[in-house]
Amino acid sequence: MQIAPPDYDRIFGALADATRRDIVRRAVDGQEGISELAAHYPMSFAAVQKHVAILTDAGLVTKQRQGRRKVVRTNREGLRVARRLLDRYQEQWTARVDRMSALLAEDPHEEPPT
Amino acid sequence: MTVTAVHKDLDALTMRVEAEFPAPPERVWQLWADPRQLERWWGPPTYPATMTTHDLRPGGRVDYHMTGPEGDQFHAYWDVEEVDAPTHLVVYDGFAHDDGRPNDDFPRNRMHLAITAVDDDRTRMTIVTDFPDLASMEQVLAMGMEEGLTAAIGQIDDLLAEDVAAPTGA
Repeated sequence: MQIAPPDYDRIFGALADATRRDIVRRAVDGQEGISELAAHYPMSFAAVQKHVAILTDAGLVTKQRQGRRKVVRTNREGLRVARRLLDRYQEQWTARVDRMSALLAEDPHEEPPT
Repeated sequence: MTVTAVHKDLDALTMRVEAEFPAPPERVWQLWADPRQLERWWGPPTYPATMTTHDLRPGGRVDYHMTGPEGDQFHAYWDVEEVDAPTHLVVYDGFAHDDGRPNDDFPRNRMHLAITAVDDDRTRMTIVTDFPDLASMEQVLAMGMEEGLTAAIGQIDDLLAEDVAAPTGA
């Protein structure tokens, strides 16, 4: 089965907001529903609901039924996808900088040719 | 390891890489301004870059392609926005069709280079890139490898690991 590639613009767009990043952190345990989450922020239930919807669309959290209530839980795999991509980007530049250093090291060091 | 800091700014959607080199700014600038030197570090040894146009002036263009182990090529370009040698360069990095025309299916991303002297023999290089680059990079990896995403990630990890370990040939 072909797995759809992650939508990076959506993932990083969802993470480009401090409240949403905080929700992702809080929801790791999957203990709180939207109304409990909303109590942490100086904003309306509807506003928090909207943030959760954006995170859900990005695959960063899921809503799960737990008894009679619904809790928001962080999707660790979604976070890992973002993390891996950032790590890889960082490695790409680390490798480039290493190659630049190697090139510079080839330069003659002020020793006149004999 | 000469990379001194990597800073991911999720609010601004940028990533900043800082590195220091034991060379004057003019020498570090040459790594970007001389296409033959740029070719030796831009792509990994397994996907070396070839610069076919290299016009580093505002409004100028750099065309390049990277060639894989199977002879597979992908084409890309820079649109040069700002140049102030030897300290400052801003380009848009985008992907191109095989004939060099910009491929608008992929997002362009802005790359901002700053080179500053730390002291007499040390130079700091800072590169700030937009995050959309990550998405486009992923697309290229998938394209270049012609593999599923998961397989491509594994292969690229291997690629990068080798790349860091392998001594750079002359």
